[in-house]
Amino acid sequence: MGISMWIRVYAIFVKELKQLSRDKMTFGMIIMIPLVQLMLFGYAINTDARHIPVGLVDLSQTSESRAVEHALVATQSVDFIARYRSIKDAEVAITKGEIRAVLYLPADMTRRLFNHPLYDHKQIDSPLTLPIGQWIVDGSDTVIASTIRALRNMPLDEVANHTTIRTAPSFEVVQYFNPEQRTVVNIVPGLVAVILTMTMILFTSSAIVREHEHGNMEFLITTPVRPMELMIGKIAPYVLVGLSQVAIILSVGHWVFSVPIKGSLLSLLGGSILFIFASLTLGLVLSTIAKTQLQAMQMTIFILLPSILLSGFMFPYDAMPVAAQWIAEALPVTHFMRMIRAIALRDASLLLLGKDALWLGLFTIGGIIIASLRFKKKLG
Amino acid sequence: MTSNASEQIEYAIEATGLTKRFGDNIAVNKLDLNIPKGSIYGFLGPNGCGKSTSIRLLTGLLEASEGDVTILGKPLLGHEESLKKRIGYMTQKFSLYDNLTVKENLDFVGAIYGFAGKRKKSRIEELLALYDLEKQAKQFAGSMSGGQKQRLALACATLHSPELLFLDEPTSAVDPENRREFWERLFDLCAAGTTILVSTHYMDEAERCHALAIMEDGNKRADGSPQALMDAMPATVVEVSGNKLRQLKQTLTQHPEILSAAQIGAHLRVLIKKKVLDPLGFISELSDGRETILARPSLEDVFVTCTGGRHGD
Ligand SMILES: Nc1ncnc2c1ncn2[C@@H]1O[C@H](COP(=O)(O)OP(=O)(O)O)[C@@H](O)[C@H]1O
Ligand SMILES: [Mg+2]
Repeated sequence: MGISMWIRVYAIFVKELKQLSRDKMTFGMIIMIPLVQLMLFGYAINTDARHIPVGLVDLSQTSESRAVEHALVATQSVDFIARYRSIKDAEVAITKGEIRAVLYLPADMTRRLFNHPLYDHKQIDSPLTLPIGQWIVDGSDTVIASTIRALRNMPLDEVANHTTIRTAPSFEVVQYFNPEQRTVVNIVPGLVAVILTMTMILFTSSAIVREHEHGNMEFLITTPVRPMELMIGKIAPYVLVGLSQVAIILSVGHWVFSVPIKGSLLSLLGGSILFIFASLTLGLVLSTIAKTQLQAMQMTIFILLPSILLSGFMFPYDAMPVAAQWIAEALPVTHFMRMIRAIALRDASLLLLGKDALWLGLFTIGGIIIASLRFKKKLG
Repeated sequence: MTSNASEQIEYAIEATGLTKRFGDNIAVNKLDLNIPKGSIYGFLGPNGCGKSTSIRLLTGLLEASEGDVTILGKPLLGHEESLKKRIGYMTQKFSLYDNLTVKENLDFVGAIYGFAGKRKKSRIEELLALYDLEKQAKQFAGSMSGGQKQRLALACATLHSPELLFLDEPTSAVDPENRREFWERLFDLCAAGTTILVSTHYMDEAERCHALAIMEDGNKRADGSPQALMDAMPATVVEVSGNKLRQLKQTLTQHPEILSAAQIGAHLRVLIKKKVLDPLGFISELSDGRETILARPSLEDVFVTCTGGRHGD
């Protein structure tokens, strides 16, 4: 009894692998999805905005106003790509999207500068203190807006051409792990989580639904195959698929984007396997609901969007409202996102991440129970 | 058949009051079946009459709304899993894997039925030879002709030598030559003791069965051996030849005693209710001296007589 069960599981496993290797499209996707996404996100996503195209309205036209401009360019945050004679012209350019912000330096800028505490610390909190200029920003992109906002307290020592006494900072910030503050370091491990979510759920859910759609299930049901055997045999190949995707993303991330892999490979493997199992069982549950491959695809997208937006991949988990955090906690990807970033970037061990690991394990067991209860060996 | 003899008959399939409803639609209505072991039994009927649904009910693929089924002496309910090793099922739609080769498909099905090693290898070789698939062994199933696919499907359905074999419209995508070959294989299987239930909408195929059920809209309209059905047909067949047969057909079909009139070649084949005592005279009178002769009833006549609302009396 036991032996013939494993013969059947193995037969389904081999069959699925053969079909997978012959489905050139799917096979290509397994390798191309991680590579293309990695290149895209690695190069494109950058939350620290630099070289923002901005305009300048300089009514002062003095050597001081040119010094302010140079000081701003030196921060690399903005590039002055156009000059305008009036605020009106500049606003039109912002509306058209030619520039993202404009710096307005009033005619009396020089006087304001001399009275400014950051320029000359003699008159602190004088009633004569006025900002030396004004930024008008296209606030629709919050990343750009906050980059410009950060210029509010820009030191003016370069403009002053002498060292001003700066007030001591309230906090000192020491950057652990990612001192250069490169976004890609955080993105690559996160990408492992997002891509695995997408491929694992989609492949398993459609793998089972496909048997229904192509009519294979009608024959299979009349054979001695049991639901559990079918499920194990069908998802086992995708564990291999998932692990190779983890390997592709992390090694390309390591060699192309110099993302450090600090943790042990064993923790990495353990964490990945836990997450792959959790995602596969989620796919299995979906396959018992979906009737067609298209429906399976739609359900995958339904899961995928919150996985990208709420898991901490795009936005910091801690900054989300509590309700969103609850939803995020329910998704396996949130736990894996924490785990893989901790393991890859901070050399955490699996033991240190016991809570997340346990949750993924429980999710898998629950998913298998639900899937096999729902998977009837009947048609219709 | 005397009651004495019927007690000794062992049935492969017994069904009473088998009913399947999909919502308001009754796909199978109070079907009673007694199919003796070792026979070939046919379901004859047009598309949508409930043949596939009946087979799915008998294989345990679908749950019946009502009725009892006994398969190979065991009640189906509760014995589905153990019966699965003893029955084979060839689905109406090709249900093997297009992107696996013939050999790989057989390997897969063999393993599913618990065959391994030498035993599996020799069984597969035997089937490849029997169903003339040796040359196609390495060909993808999806790229084969209708006849080859059908032989592969039969090989897979019989790999574990089932005692009871269900074939759902096995020859619908097959040319006549391959169909004859196919039926030869079925008779071989039958001779080896396999009970076969086959569904079809071809009269000539139905005629090869030991017994058959004529089905319409989920109801069994008649059953028995082809000969018995023809003998018991409540109508006489008269063939009329001459000119203007289309017009004659118009007048004849309006007559309540006439069940049907259909043109076949140069004849008009007329089915007249049995209660008309002198059918030849009756028709001659109606057909203005055209030539009329009595004809042997065919299975098609039986089918026409008991379907289309003509089965009532
Ligand atoms: N899964 C189903 N859901 C709803 N109706 C069905 C289903 N399967 C079959 N039917 C209906 O049952 C009737 C009999 O169908 P079927 O058994 O496939 O006929 P046949 O095989 O003789 O062509 C048809 O009217 C069909 O529409
Ligand atoms: Mg059918």
